[in-house]
Amino acid sequence: MKPEQELMLKTADDALILGHRNSEWTGLGPILEEDISFSSMAQDKIGHALAIYKILHNEFGMDVPDKLGFEREIKSMKCCHFTELPTEDYAFALIRHFLFDHASFLRFNALENSSNESLANLSRKVRGELKYHVMHANVWINQLGNGNEDSNSRLQKALDFSMPYALGIFEESPMENELIEKNIFVGEKALKEKWISLISNEIEKAGLKMPELDKLNPVMGGRNGYHTDDLAKLMTEMTEVFKTDVNAEW
Amino acid sequence: MYGGGYIQEDKNVKKAKPVEEDPVKLAAFEAKIEAGEKIEPEDWMPFEYRRQLIRMIEQHAHSEVIGSLPEGTWITRAPNFKRKLALVAKVQDEIGHAHLLYNAAETLGKSRNEMINDLLSGKSKYSNVFNYPAKTWADVTVIGFLIDGAAIVNQLINSKGSYGPYCRALERICYEESFHLKQGHEALVALATGTPAQRDMLQDALNRWYKPMIHFFGPPDKTSVHSEKLMKWKVKMASNDDMRNQFLDSYVPKIWELGLSFPDEKLKKNEETGVWGFSDPDWDEFFRVINGDGPCNEERLAVRKWAEENGEWVRKALMKPEEKITIPLS
Repeated sequence: MKPEQELMLKTADDALILGHRNSEWTGLGPILEEDISFSSMAQDKIGHALAIYKILHNEFGMDVPDKLGFEREIKSMKCCHFTELPTEDYAFALIRHFLFDHASFLRFNALENSSNESLANLSRKVRGELKYHVMHANVWINQLGNGNEDSNSRLQKALDFSMPYALGIFEESPMENELIEKNIFVGEKALKEKWISLISNEIEKAGLKMPELDKLNPVMGGRNGYHTDDLAKLMTEMTEVFKTDVNAEW
Repeated sequence: MYGGGYIQEDKNVKKAKPVEEDPVKLAAFEAKIEAGEKIEPEDWMPFEYRRQLIRMIEQHAHSEVIGSLPEGTWITRAPNFKRKLALVAKVQDEIGHAHLLYNAAETLGKSRNEMINDLLSGKSKYSNVFNYPAKTWADVTVIGFLIDGAAIVNQLINSKGSYGPYCRALERICYEESFHLKQGHEALVALATGTPAQRDMLQDALNRWYKPMIHFFGPPDKTSVHSEKLMKWKVKMASNDDMRNQFLDSYVPKIWELGLSFPDEKLKKNEETGVWGFSDPDWDEFFRVINGDGPCNEERLAVRKWAEENGEWVRKALMKPEEKITIPLS
C-alpha cells in the first residue's frame, strides 16, 4: 500500500464510522434542532468517506466504494478508537464532535496543499463543509460549558474521558516520513500541535479545563487494525441488510 | 411524510362549552376565507378555528417526529452508500418538517414544550400508521413510497387551506416530499426487480402494510362525524373517502405494474364510478390502535421519552430567564 492510500483509507474510515455514530441521533437529539444538525453532519461525513473511497477505487484500483465501506474485514479498517465508541450520551457526542471535527478541519486544510491532486481538490470542498461542523461544535460547547453547573460538569467529564481517545486520532502511520517528504501531508505531529493550540483556546472560552495532556496515555491501535468490540457491533449492524443477500443489488 | 389524513378528536376539549363569537367579526372572517385570502396569526379568528388548527398542526408535527423512528432505525443498517445517504437525508427532512410545523402551531398560541408534553402524556395523538413495526428493509421502501405517497395526497390538499403559516409550511414540505417519493419508489423498484429473496421480502412488507395504509385516511365518511363548519373555514379540505380514493387511484396500479399484490381480493376500481372498493379493514382495530393498543404505541412513546429525559439537562442549560419568549409569526 502506498503512503497516500493508507492516509486516505484512515481518513475515509474515520468519516464513515463517525458519520454512522452521528446518524444514530436522528430522532433522538435533546432538541429537534440537534437531531437535524447531527443528521446533517452524518450525511457530510458519510459523503466524505464515499468521495475518498472513490479516489481509492479510481486511482489505486481498490474495490468499489460500497465494498470498501461495507465489506472489509475489521482488521483492515483503519479508523481510530475514538470514532468507534458508542454514544448514548449527548455530552460525549458533542465533545467527540468538537475534538474530532477540529482535527478533521485542520487535516483537510493541510491536505489542500497536498501533492496528491485528487486529495487537494477534494479537500477544498470538504473543508467548506467542515467549517460549519466546527462552528456548530464551538457554539454548543460554549453554550453548555457556560450554561449551568450541571451542563458544565457533564461536558468536563466527557472531555476528560475523551481526551486520551482524541490523542489517538494522531497515531502515526508507518509511512509517516514518506508522506511528509513527498509533500502529501504535513504529518500527524504538526497537525496535533496546531490542534492543541486551537482547542485549548475554545475549551477555555467555554469555561472548561484543558486536561493535562502529558499525563495521559493516548489510545492507539486503530490505524493498525486493532479495534474495540464496539466497532465489531457497529459493523454487524451496518452490514445486516446487505449480508442477507450479498449478490443482490440494493 | 407524514401528515395522517385522520385527525383524532380530543375528547376532553370537545366537552367544553361552545364559545359565542362576535357575529360581525365572524362574518368578516368568513368573507375573507370565502374570497380565498389567508388568515394570518395576528388576524382575529374564532375560538373553534384556532382550537381545531392547533390540534391538526400539532398532530401533524407529532407524526413527523414519531414517524422518523421506524425509518430512523434503518439508517445505520442501510445496505449501501446511496441508500444510506438518501435515508439519513430523508429522515432529517422529516424532523425538519416537525420543526416547521411546531413553529406554525406556535403562531396560534401553544408552545412547542406544551405540545411535546401532550404527546408524551398520550393526550395528543399522531398518525396511527407509526404504531406498526418496520420489520425489514422492505418496510422502509414501502413506507417511503406508499405511506409518503398517502401523506402527499393529504398535504397537497391541506396546503390549499385557509391558515397562512400552515399552508406555507405545507408547500415547502410537499416540495421535499416529492424527492422522498422518488427515492422511495426507486428503492422499492430495486427490490421488486431484484432477487427472489428481495421480492419475497417486499411482498411480505406490502401484505403487512396494506391494512395500515387503508386506515391512513381515517374511517369511512358515513361513520365519521362531518363538520360543515370546518369545510367552510377551509380547515378540513376533503373527506376521508375522497382522499383515500385519490391515493388508491395513483398508487395501487404502480404496485400491480411491478407484478406485486395487496392481500385483498376485493381491491378493485369501479371503472364507471371511479371509486375503489376494498374489504372492510377492521375499523375496530383502527380505533384500538389509535387509542394506545397497537403493536408499537408503547415503544414509540418510550423512545421519545428517552430522548426528552436524556436531553432535559441540555434544554435547562439553554434557558435564560431574562430572555423574553416570543411567538413566531412564520
